[in-house]
Amino acid sequence: MDFFSLAITIVYVLLSISLLVSLIRVIIGPTLPDRVVALDLVAFVVISMIATYAISSGHPVYLDVAIVLALIAFLGTIAFARYVFQRAERERRSGHA
Amino acid sequence: MFSREPKENGGADMLEIIAGILLITGGFFVLVASVGILRLPDILMRMHASTKAGTLGAGLILLAVAFTYAEIGIISRAVATIIFILMTAPVAAHTIGRAAYQHGITFWEGTVVDDLKDYYEKNRKTPPANVKVPDED
Repeated sequence: MDFFSLAITIVYVLLSISLLVSLIRVIIGPTLPDRVVALDLVAFVVISMIATYAISSGHPVYLDVAIVLALIAFLGTIAFARYVFQRAERERRSGHA
Repeated sequence: MFSREPKENGGADMLEIIAGILLITGGFFVLVASVGILRLPDILMRMHASTKAGTLGAGLILLAVAFTYAEIGIISRAVATIIFILMTAPVAAHTIGRAAYQHGITFWEGTVVDDLKDYYEKNRKTPPANVKVPDED
C-alpha cells in the first residue's frame, strides 16, 4: 500500500467521522438555524467525499456531481434563510400588533 | 474499492505525493469544522467554524483532484468549483446569520458586544419610507 492509497483511506475515515459529527448537530440542534448551518456543513463534507471518490475510482466525471451539489447546497441554504427570516418577521409583526 | 490504475512508470511521482498531502490536510480541516459545529456554544461561532474551515477543507480536496489528474479539463473544473465555493459560502453564511438573528437566538454568555441590536433599534425608530407596516391602527 503506497502513500497515495493510504492518504485516500485516511481521508475517507476523516470525512466519515465529520459526517457523523455534523449529523449529531443536525439532530440535536436546538433551533432551526442551527440545523440549517449544520446541513450546510454536511453538504461541504459530501462535496469533499465526492471529490475523493473522483480520485479513488479513477473516473473524474464525478467532479461534475460535486459542482452540482455545491450549487444545490447554496440554493437550499438561501431558501432556508429566506424562510427563517420571513417567519421571524411575521411573528414579530403579529406579536407587536 | 480503491481501483485506481497505477501509473505507467510505476512508483509514486511528485504529483501523487502533493495530492496525498493536500487530501490529508483537507480532510483534517473538514474534521475541524465538524468538531467546531458540535462543540462551540453559539450559532454564530458554529457558523464561523463551519464556513471557514469547511471551505478550506473542501477547497484543498478539490485541489488534490486537480493535482491527481493533471489534465486541463479536470483542472479547470476543479478550480471553477473552488471559486464557486469561495464565492457562495460567505453569502450563504451571511444570509443565514441575519435570518438567525431575526429569529431570536441566545448568545453565548461571554458575548460582550451586539452592534446589530443598536442598528435595528435605530432603524425601527425611523423606518424607511418604502417599508409598509400593516395593521398599525
